[in-house]
Amino acid sequence: MASAQAQLPKSPTGILGLDAITGGGLPKGRPTLICGSAGCGKTLLAMEFLVRGATQFDEPGVFMAFEETTEELTQNVASLGFDLNDLAKHKKIVLDFVYIERSEVEETGAYDLEGLFIRLGHAIDSIHAKRVVLDTIESLFAGLPNPLILRAELRRLFRWLKAKGVTAIITGERGDETLTRQGLEEYVSDCVIVLDHRTTEQTSTRRLRVVKYRGSVHGTNEYPFLIDESGISLLPITSLGLQHTTTNERISSGIPRLDAMLGGMGFYRGSSVLISGTAGTGKTSFAAHVVDATCRRGERVLYFTFEESANQITRNMRSIGIDLHPWVQHDLLHFEATRPSFTGLEMHLTLMHKAINRFKPQVVVVDPLNSFVVADNVSEVKAMLMRLVDFLKLQQITGLFTSLTAGGDTIEQTDVAISSLIDTWLLLRSIELGGERNRGLYVLKSRGMAHSNQIREFLLTDHGVELRDVYVGPSGVLTGSARLAQEAQEQSALVLRQQEADRKRLELQRKRTQLEAQISAMRTAFAEQEADLLQDIAQEQMRETLLLREREDMAQSRKADAPANQHTGDPA
Amino acid sequence: MPRKKPREVTQAFEAALERARTTTYVLRLYVAGTTPQSVQAIANVKQICEEHLHGRYELEVIDLYQKPQLAAGEQIIAAPTLIKKLPLPLRRMIGNMSDTERLLVGLDLHVKS
Repeated sequence: MASAQAQLPKSPTGILGLDAITGGGLPKGRPTLICGSAGCGKTLLAMEFLVRGATQFDEPGVFMAFEETTEELTQNVASLGFDLNDLAKHKKIVLDFVYIERSEVEETGAYDLEGLFIRLGHAIDSIHAKRVVLDTIESLFAGLPNPLILRAELRRLFRWLKAKGVTAIITGERGDETLTRQGLEEYVSDCVIVLDHRTTEQTSTRRLRVVKYRGSVHGTNEYPFLIDESGISLLPITSLGLQHTTTNERISSGIPRLDAMLGGMGFYRGSSVLISGTAGTGKTSFAAHVVDATCRRGERVLYFTFEESANQITRNMRSIGIDLHPWVQHDLLHFEATRPSFTGLEMHLTLMHKAINRFKPQVVVVDPLNSFVVADNVSEVKAMLMRLVDFLKLQQITGLFTSLTAGGDTIEQTDVAISSLIDTWLLLRSIELGGERNRGLYVLKSRGMAHSNQIREFLLTDHGVELRDVYVGPSGVLTGSARLAQEAQEQSALVLRQQEADRKRLELQRKRTQLEAQISAMRTAFAEQEADLLQDIAQEQMRETLLLREREDMAQSRKADAPANQHTGDPA
Repeated sequence: MPRKKPREVTQAFEAALERARTTTYVLRLYVAGTTPQSVQAIANVKQICEEHLHGRYELEVIDLYQKPQLAAGEQIIAAPTLIKKLPLPLRRMIGNMSDTERLLVGLDLHVKS
C-alpha cells in the first residue's frame, strides 16, 4: 500500500462505507463541501463526522449551526445515540448556533466577517478542535446584506480554515444549476460530496457521490446510504476487488443423496448456491434442509424471506418433517421477513448488510430472489445481487438463493440473469409424464467439483426431501407412477428370472442323478462280466493243468522214457 | 375597542416622542482590533452619538480579540457591529458606520424615507 502512504493525509469519518470509497476519509486539514437538497442528510453526515471524530478518533470538533439551535440539534441527533450535551461537557464538542435575523440588521458601510472568525477561532482553541462543521453557511447570504463582501469573506474563511489545519465540512443547499445555491463549490475545491434523495418506483433512496476529491482516488459512483438508529451507513455499489479467499471446506446440503450428487460432499463453504425452479417445485423445502443441516452443526443461519412470513415457513416445513422452531429458539436461526416493496433495492441491500453484520451467520438464505424484480429493474436487481454475493463471499458466508422461474420461459435462465455469479446451481423442475407432474432435480452447474449429471426425481415426504433412484425409460427419466410401474415391472422380471434359474438348477440336479444311476448300472454290469470272465480264466487254467497231468500220468504208465531223457522229447 | 379620539392619539405620540428624546441609549460597539474599519466605525458612532444623543447614551467599545467569548454570546459575526441594547427593539448595525442615514435609522433616530 505504498501508494496510499504517498497520498494526502485523511481524516477518517467513522461512517460505515464512506471511508472505504474515499480511501480513508476526508482530506485532513482541508475543507470539504457536502451539498444536497433538503432532507438528504447533510447535517446528519456532518454531525456524525464530528461525533465520531470526538469519540473514536480523539479529534474534538466545533459545530457551527446557522439553521438549527443547539437545543434542536441535540434533540435531533439524540435519536441516533449521540449525546451532545455529554460531549460538550467533556470538551469534546462545541456547539455554536449563529443567529442572524435580517430585520434586525442594518448595514451601515463596509464590514467583514471577522466576528465569525474570532468566534470560530475561539471555539476551536477552547477545545483544541481538529474538526469543524459549518452548517449551512449559505444562510449568511440570507441574513446579511451585500453578497459581494460575503463572497470575499467566505473565500477568506476557507483559506483561514486551511491555515488553522482543521478538517472542515461545509454544507450547502443544492441550487438549480449549480451544486450549491451560492456556488460554494468555487471556494471549496478539495473535496465535494453530493447527497441526493430520489424516489423511483415509489421507493425513495438516499445516495451519496464523491464528485471531486483532489489528490486522492475515490469511488465515483453513486452509493446508496441509509440513516437509521446507528447513524449513516453506506455501501459501495461495486466491491473494490475480486479477491475473496476461498476454502475447500464442504458443507452438507442436509440431503445425503444430494451431497452425493455434488461430488459426494455437498457445497463449498462460502459459495453461492442458487436453487431455481418453477412454482411449487420445492425450493423452500431444499432451503429448509440446508438450514436444518447448518443449525445441526451449531452454525447460524440468517433467513431473508420476501414472500412468506417466518411462521408460515416454520409451519410449512414442519409438514415435511423439518422443525425449524427449536433453531429459532436457540438463536441459531433468524428470519428477516420483509416485503420487497418495503423499501428500495438499495435499502434492502443495506438492511441485509446490517442484519448480516449483526447476526454474523455462516449461511444466508434469500427466498426468493426475484421478488425484487418489479417492472424492468432487472439490471438494478442484478447489480444488487452481485454486491450481495460479493459481500457474502468476502465474509465466507454461504449464500443460498432461491429463484422462481416462470413456467413458459427457458428454464435455465433466471429472471435476474445472475447465473454467472452462482457457483452451484440446482435446478428443480416439474416433469410431466404419463399424465402426472413430478419433481425432478439436477445440478446445472457446480464449480470446482465433479458433480452428477443425472436428472433425479425427488419426493417431498413427511421426513423431508427424498431423492429416488433413476429410471431411464425410452422417453427419458421415468417419474411418478411411470417409475413405480417400471419398478414393478423390473421386480416381476426379476422374479421370473429367479424362477427360471431355479428350474434350471433342478433340471441339472435331475440330470446328474440320472447320469449317476446310469453309471452305477453300468458298473454293476461290468462287475458281473468281470466275474464271469475271471471264472472262465480260472476254469481254463485248471483244465490246462489237468491235461498236463493226464499226459504225465499216461507217460508214466507207458514207461516210455527214462526220466533222464525226458527233455529229448518223444519222437512219437 | 372604542376608537380613540384624534386628540388622544396625538398626545400619546408626543409622549412617546418625548420619551425617545429623554431615554438613555445603551450601545455596544464590537470591533476586531484596530483595523481602519474599526477606527472609522468608532469615530463615526461617537460623532453621531454626540450629535443626536448628547448626554444620554452609554457607548462601550469592545475589542473582540480581547474578549472572543463575547462573540458567541452576543451573536456577532460581522465586524464592526453596533448593538443597540436599549431602548428596545434590539438592533444591530454592521459596517464602518459611514452610512449616517442608515445608522440613524438603525438607532431609531430617523424615519426611513
